[in-house]
Amino acid sequence: MKQIEAKNVNAYYGDNHVLKNINMDIMPNSVTAFIGPSGCGKSTFLRMFNRMNDYIEGFRKEGEILIDGIEIYHKNVKVEELRQKVGMVFQTPNPFPKSVYENVVYGLKVQGVKNKKILSEVVERSLTQAALWEEVKDSLNKSALSLSGGQQQRLCIARALAVEPGIILMDEPAASLDPISTAKIEELITGLKKNYTIIIVTHNMQQATRVSDKTAFFYVGELIEYEQTAKLFSKPVNAKTENYISGRFG
Amino acid sequence: MGKLKEKIIESLLAVSGLLTILTTIGIIWVLFSESISFFSHVPLSDFLFDTQWTPLFVNKQYGILPLVCGTFLISIIAILVAMPIGLTIAVYLSEYAPQKFRRVIKPLLEVLAAVPTVVYGFFALTVLTPFLQKFIPDLGSFNALSAGIVMGIMIIPLVSSLSEDALYAIPKSLREASYGMGATRFQTAFKVAVPAASSGIVVSVILAIARAIGETMIVTIAAGQRPVITIDPRDAVETITAYIVQVSLGDVQHGSLEYQTIFAVGITLFIFTFILNNISFWAKKKYHQKYE
Repeated sequence: MKQIEAKNVNAYYGDNHVLKNINMDIMPNSVTAFIGPSGCGKSTFLRMFNRMNDYIEGFRKEGEILIDGIEIYHKNVKVEELRQKVGMVFQTPNPFPKSVYENVVYGLKVQGVKNKKILSEVVERSLTQAALWEEVKDSLNKSALSLSGGQQQRLCIARALAVEPGIILMDEPAASLDPISTAKIEELITGLKKNYTIIIVTHNMQQATRVSDKTAFFYVGELIEYEQTAKLFSKPVNAKTENYISGRFG
Repeated sequence: MGKLKEKIIESLLAVSGLLTILTTIGIIWVLFSESISFFSHVPLSDFLFDTQWTPLFVNKQYGILPLVCGTFLISIIAILVAMPIGLTIAVYLSEYAPQKFRRVIKPLLEVLAAVPTVVYGFFALTVLTPFLQKFIPDLGSFNALSAGIVMGIMIIPLVSSLSEDALYAIPKSLREASYGMGATRFQTAFKVAVPAASSGIVVSVILAIARAIGETMIVTIAAGQRPVITIDPRDAVETITAYIVQVSLGDVQHGSLEYQTIFAVGITLFIFTFILNNISFWAKKKYHQKYE
């Protein structure tokens, strides 16, 4: 039973054709890595799953993306509700300039949840899932900006987990972090797989092999190869994939 | 040769910088020295607490409260007009408007601030007051209300432009985080962008208040010149600035006590705007620290 289904997806920024006829199925409770050189369209594709490209002037798409069988670009789909089901973690940690607590409960508060007991429970649960609870449990009212970069990124993951999204998109979540923080984030991703479907864009191929079940290689807007991670990295079918993963370009 | 040229240019630049500072110091010195001689005739307590301002009448009284009251009444009306409208415009431009539209509208709005204040003054007197009189029958031909409203219109761009700058400086990543959590544009604007830009918005409002307090032409033309303590916007009032104009243009003898009153009220005005400017300077510094 596939959770995400992309059918003949094309995307454009103005006249620029950035995604060319992409087809892809993603299974639930899996980690999928998108790799490829800069400008290959992997981030654009990732951001289509929660319609984050909607506000970009000149963006246009063709084809269908189905999540749990529902076409997410259909006019009856509320984009706010979609984003509650498909959470996102960004390249640089972007906590709000508010307290740790306020950051985590933000998603629930915009949904109108006011019950303090529920909110506190969610804060503890999400921060625990994001492996941050022990570090911040005594400073929930401190500004999120006072945390370290790695802690901020785990806070952003906790913030995304708080609304129990089902799917989590990660756009190079460790790109701005040191190796120790990166290791923590990777460990976290593996742990979250039990309850969530995760799609991660990464420039780091070791990272893709460490965390993902399947890997998709994009090149100039095309999906070149989509395979089990172990297989894609050991026996790539396409010559472009082989050149890229062996470091000959990109 | 080249070295000498450098030296000359350097000293020219230094002199022009120095001239500005000296002029400011000169103005403050004149204000102080003339006020000191004023306060040697009028006790400071009378100046601060007397409720009558009648230096040009036979029965002379020197209580500044009526002028301060008029100044604040009009400034409050102005800010009540400018703040909601200015903030709405700022939020619209930075959070909703397409880039192209924003680039056209922002400079157009700033034109509002470039209209000569004397034009605003006559607009208040000859257009707005008669219009308002249709709804408020006992509104005088000179009144605080229409002067305040028109002054508010004049300072809208100050609020909207500076607030918009503050909102626009909020990193895009914060808005994306909010959208990514399923927040609407409205929630993103008011739960994330506005709080994050709050110190910049406060600065814009304070600068607008300072501008309103110091504004002269509109109030001289449209507010009347009646120094009374009132909070009724239908009344004619006199502001500090309007009083200074009245005395400067009148036939008051140079060096007399009546003449010196304008320095005493001038220094009062100076203290108000000085305090406001410092608050905004402090808030701005705080705001810059937050985003470094």
